[in-house]
Amino acid sequence: MPLRLEIVTPERRVYEDDVDAVVLPGSEGELGVLPHHAPLLSTLGVGELRIRKGGQEDYFAIAGGFLQVRPDRVVVMAETADMASEIDLEAVERARREAEQALAEGFEEPADLARARAALQRALLRIRVAERRRREGPRQRG
Amino acid sequence: MPSQREIRRRISSVRNIKQITRAMQFVAASKLKRAQDATLQSRPYSEKLDEVLADVAAVLSAEEHPLLVRREGGTRLLILFTTDRGLAGSLNTNTIRFAARQITEESGDLKVVTVGRKGSTAMRRARVPIAASFEGYGDRPTFASVLPLARLVTDDYLAGTYSSVDLVHPSFVSTLVQRPVVARLLPIEPSDTAAQGIPGHQFIFEPSAGEVLSALLPRYVATRLYQAVLEVTASEQSARMVAMKSATENAQELIDDLTLTYNKVRQSNITREMIEIATGANAAR
Repeated sequence: MPLRLEIVTPERRVYEDDVDAVVLPGSEGELGVLPHHAPLLSTLGVGELRIRKGGQEDYFAIAGGFLQVRPDRVVVMAETADMASEIDLEAVERARREAEQALAEGFEEPADLARARAALQRALLRIRVAERRRREGPRQRG
Repeated sequence: MPSQREIRRRISSVRNIKQITRAMQFVAASKLKRAQDATLQSRPYSEKLDEVLADVAAVLSAEEHPLLVRREGGTRLLILFTTDRGLAGSLNTNTIRFAARQITEESGDLKVVTVGRKGSTAMRRARVPIAASFEGYGDRPTFASVLPLARLVTDDYLAGTYSSVDLVHPSFVSTLVQRPVVARLLPIEPSDTAAQGIPGHQFIFEPSAGEVLSALLPRYVATRLYQAVLEVTASEQSARMVAMKSATENAQELIDDLTLTYNKVRQSNITREMIEIATGANAAR
């Protein structure tokens, strides 16, 4: 039985296809989903989403949101989702520097601090996902 | 009768106006396309979110989260969505008049949050108490841009400032028709269209149903607000497109009328001059 994976963000549908397996960053740790998984609703953390499909692997950098799993369907409702090949490394580097600088300068509002930390975390993740993809390319499995 | 030169000047100024309205019409048409795309693109997310909310609501009772609890009495909040800019036909007038009816019919306390400059001007003039004003969402609103609004509304609601929150915005029915609607935002009423086939209580929740719900509800509020903003954007562009189209047609009509008058004046001038020449020649003989 195929596993239908949908990745949606508030602004667009990012991905929809049948896949063999998907590994996601759940809020309680990394989570692998294969067909016939038990129904599950979970919140998502910031991290890397890996899709395995016919011997190929694809990567997405996702941040926050929800996951709904049914035996034949996985729906990822992420706040942001970027496909590894679409990530603009320069822009992300810039975002990282800005976030680091903001953190170095300190904050008066705790909410601002949390926001800058989250921005930094997202930037670092995108860099990691994009660089991994560049190193390995769409991996072929034997 | 105005002079030939005056008429010519008027024709050329109407022609200029026509060029501008025609350009605006085409710009609005292409922006409308983009706004409609954005609305369509945002739909899967909100549908999924509705589904998940229904799943969670099936497990938890309404009292488990303050955003779900109904409250009696207290202040009602209206969030009025209008455009920042005018030249959009009767779109803003209709929306504001519709909102005004809601406001006058409300017997209890009421406050307004305005989104879009037109609404804030109108509400200020009508001396309706304004809790906050937002503007500058532009032609391509992003999800991130509605988060401050969502944050303000949920925080105030959780603090008990309001008993209910409603949205008033033009809804995009078709290119020609945009109808103002009012919709309940808070307290949230989960739809009954739960997950197809699988009842909510069969789901495993991680970390727990309560925590999923707590994370879900603010998202839901933001998504509803984002969709209202997208709806306004699409309505604005289509209203402007239609308004500019009829303005262009009116300008053309005016040009035709003026051209006719111009020719008449020209002809009567020529006739008059010929009579003058003829009488002059007759007198000289």
